[in-house]
Amino acid sequence: MKYLSVFFQYAGQYLKTRLTYRADMVVEIFSDFLFQAVNLVFILVVFGHTTLLAGWSKDEMIFIYGFFLVPFAIFSSFFNIWDFTDRYIVKGEMDRILTRPVHSLFQIVLERMELESLFGAVTGLIVMFYAGSKLGLEISWFDPFIFMLLVIGGALVYAGIFISLATIGFWSDSRTDIMPMMYNIGNYGRYPVDIYNKIIKYVLTWILPFAFVGVYPASYFLKREEWYTYAFLTPVVGLIFFLIAITLWNVGVTKYRGAGN
Amino acid sequence: MGKYLEMIRIRFLMMLAYRTNYYSGILIYSINIGAYYFLWSAIYGGKESIQDLSITQMTTYIAVAWMARAFYFNNIDREIAMEIKEGKVAIEMVRPYPYLNMKMMQGLGEGIFRLLFFSVPGMVIVALVFPVELSANAGTWIYFFISIIFSFIINTQINLLAGIATFFLFNNDGLIRAKRVVIDLFSGLILPLSFYPVWAQNIMGYLPFQGISYIPSMIFTEGFKGSQVFEALINQALWSVILIIPVYVLWILAKRQLVVQGG
Repeated sequence: MKYLSVFFQYAGQYLKTRLTYRADMVVEIFSDFLFQAVNLVFILVVFGHTTLLAGWSKDEMIFIYGFFLVPFAIFSSFFNIWDFTDRYIVKGEMDRILTRPVHSLFQIVLERMELESLFGAVTGLIVMFYAGSKLGLEISWFDPFIFMLLVIGGALVYAGIFISLATIGFWSDSRTDIMPMMYNIGNYGRYPVDIYNKIIKYVLTWILPFAFVGVYPASYFLKREEWYTYAFLTPVVGLIFFLIAITLWNVGVTKYRGAGN
Repeated sequence: MGKYLEMIRIRFLMMLAYRTNYYSGILIYSINIGAYYFLWSAIYGGKESIQDLSITQMTTYIAVAWMARAFYFNNIDREIAMEIKEGKVAIEMVRPYPYLNMKMMQGLGEGIFRLLFFSVPGMVIVALVFPVELSANAGTWIYFFISIIFSFIINTQINLLAGIATFFLFNNDGLIRAKRVVIDLFSGLILPLSFYPVWAQNIMGYLPFQGISYIPSMIFTEGFKGSQVFEALINQALWSVILIIPVYVLWILAKRQLVVQGG
């Protein structure tokens, strides 16, 4: 309950700060749309030269991408911790966080949230409905619930991976380029994993399980029964990776020594 | 001139201090190139070539596009935005050298560092793992190096423009991100421009972005032949000169506009 009220207070303050720089906010939302458009353009251009990609059609690829956008939007609204080491460890901001009576990770999530990224989920839904209607997909009454479960699972996968990487900062405060690159790797979950070789497929499924954010859960709605097991593993994998991340975080916090200021 | 060399050197040494992180970066770039390799293999399916590029040329294109990116890419737009927001720019502007030139030299120091410690070892690893074809023709290499210098100039000028825009917008993370997306798409980093529909190619022909990635990568893969190489290099050179104008105009306007938000 306390956490909920803290959340709304932060959200209120957040909206105030964002509305101070309105021009920038509009550009930012626009740049998000652009960013999502880039990947659609890629798919469209590629399918100008081929009709099937490892057995998947253009509309199926677009659907997978639309699905991917929804958990990704939730992740990028709340888990902006890619610059955690610079922002909190090197600058000593973590000291401030730790003196407060709310879980440290929760505070960082609140401080760094970017609610306007949620517009990405809207884009994702539009893209999914567009591709879905072209494919003639039918929606049953329980599909929205399964959709929510799979989306949360996907968002937790992303959150788990990025929080785990952020905890490296507790042990070593040197600069790393891993975070921005991980965003690139995350994009490969959007494509059907059967186009990759076995090792990459394995990595994308079990080590950096980005495939659980795009192709696996989306295949449930595309009625690709050969992937159903993976589709329903999504929430499980999400939960496991998120719990690992929280554990790493809690251990990491005990190892934290102030950088001094 | 001496002071600029010194700026390059200092930035180079700064990067050298953190060099271990770059080895992880090479690994991740390779994974990146690898995933695109598989994606393109699936796209090619059984086809011999698409738009006159064979699958080997395509793999080479992707590899060299990413490795060249390590050289021309820099964060000076973010640095400028940060210095404006924190008010440090006021101090930087009283120093006895032009602020923009200094930023450009710092970017160059970073680029040279990445070229030596990132792109070269990275390319060796990528060439061992994937079917990449390196040209044996010395001319190709020379043109390629001329071309990536222009890439650096054009990309840096665009970064300067995005950075200076902070003077007017105060907070321009959105603009910087939009710029990055536009460059990824229109520079030919993720897709060779020749894959786009003709009308799109015509528009891109009038934009400076193709000089950032498409031209050097096409030169390297020998997708450009004969006079095409020279035309491409001239195109890059023209844009490098033309872009000086908006950078300076915006800079003059920005200095009048300067509001230090604290610092």
